[in-house]
Amino acid sequence: MSETQGQASGHPKAQWPLYEIFVRSKRGLNHVHVGSLRAADDRMALTHARDLYTRRNEGVSLWAVRSDQIVASTPDEKDPFFEPSGDKVYRHPTFYDIPADIPHI
Amino acid sequence: MAADMSEAREAADDHVYLSLADGDEGDARWAFGTGFADPLHGVPTALPEGVDAAALAEVCVALGDDALIAAQRLAEWCTRAPELEEEMALANIGLDLLGQARLLYARAGQADGTGRGEDAYAYFRDAADFRNVRLAELPRGDFACCVGRLLAQSAWRLALFERLAGCADPVLAAVAAKGVKELTYHRQYAAEWVVRLGDGTAESHRRMQAAWTELAPWLEELYADRTAEGFGAPAEEVAEATRAVLAQVAEAARLTTPAQVTAVPGTGRAGDRTEHLAPLLDELQGLARAHPEAAW
Repeated sequence: MSETQGQASGHPKAQWPLYEIFVRSKRGLNHVHVGSLRAADDRMALTHARDLYTRRNEGVSLWAVRSDQIVASTPDEKDPFFEPSGDKVYRHPTFYDIPADIPHI
Repeated sequence: MAADMSEAREAADDHVYLSLADGDEGDARWAFGTGFADPLHGVPTALPEGVDAAALAEVCVALGDDALIAAQRLAEWCTRAPELEEEMALANIGLDLLGQARLLYARAGQADGTGRGEDAYAYFRDAADFRNVRLAELPRGDFACCVGRLLAQSAWRLALFERLAGCADPVLAAVAAKGVKELTYHRQYAAEWVVRLGDGTAESHRRMQAAWTELAPWLEELYADRTAEGFGAPAEEVAEATRAVLAQVAEAARLTTPAQVTAVPGTGRAGDRTEHLAPLLDELQGLARAHPEAAW
């Protein structure tokens, strides 16, 4: 938040904002989080991501998201959020057969 | 949160890198990357009829030297760049250029009949034998100098390579075609920084303008270079294309290009050197000369 305030007051920021980087690999179906980096603006975040995370031929598509734009659950919420699903075995699709040629399930 | 992150990281590794590991050649050493293609795969290396071998060797050495010296200057930014991410970006660009130099030197050795390998050109020639444009060997300067020079070099080289990609020598054409994609990114990277600095704060503008003014006298040598003319890249056409790009970026970056520019006398293509090349080569060649047959 301090970064946003710094921008509003017109002072140069001491540190670039943090971005989270997602890469879709050549045969991957979705973008996967690979790490984070700092960049002064959205465009720079993409070029940095290209240089840091795709230099070994890892990807064909990049997403960059400002870290402060991500809403995350906290460890405190772990029990109320995730425990209740632990004993609901009937929510798993294990009681009927999936045909072998149906991908991505 | 920490536990959540490490789980997320694990899932990420699973996905991106597992699919890398079962890449085309089934090589599981994903850290080295996979799916790489030899840019000269299937390209005939015999000299085609009607191609002047001496002129081909000359253009390959000239363009190879431009790339090698520029790559060495970019490598100097390691541990000195303003941000870790920029250091990585500059090193990546340098490595692209180094790759171009290697292919060009190998072709020069085939064309001039000596059969010399890339190392002979890179490590065992003295400053007087280099044919790079002098812009490439100028000292590192500040970051504004770095991105200003990179913009000029990559815009000019891209204009050259776009035309060389259709030339009569299949190897030079293939090297140029591969280089076009790399140089397009280099030019984009440099242009974004020139605009960011030129159109940034008062201090960044002052330093970018100083670099831009300092650069101008060295560009005339690029525009006058006729080395690649026999291979479909007329000097005037290349110069015009380069000027147009630089003017466009300068306008976006609020930079003033000096109206009257006096070119620095001489040309690197004829072997004229500044005093900056010899120290650069000392560093570049020292190890290879101390251990001539070393392998690692």
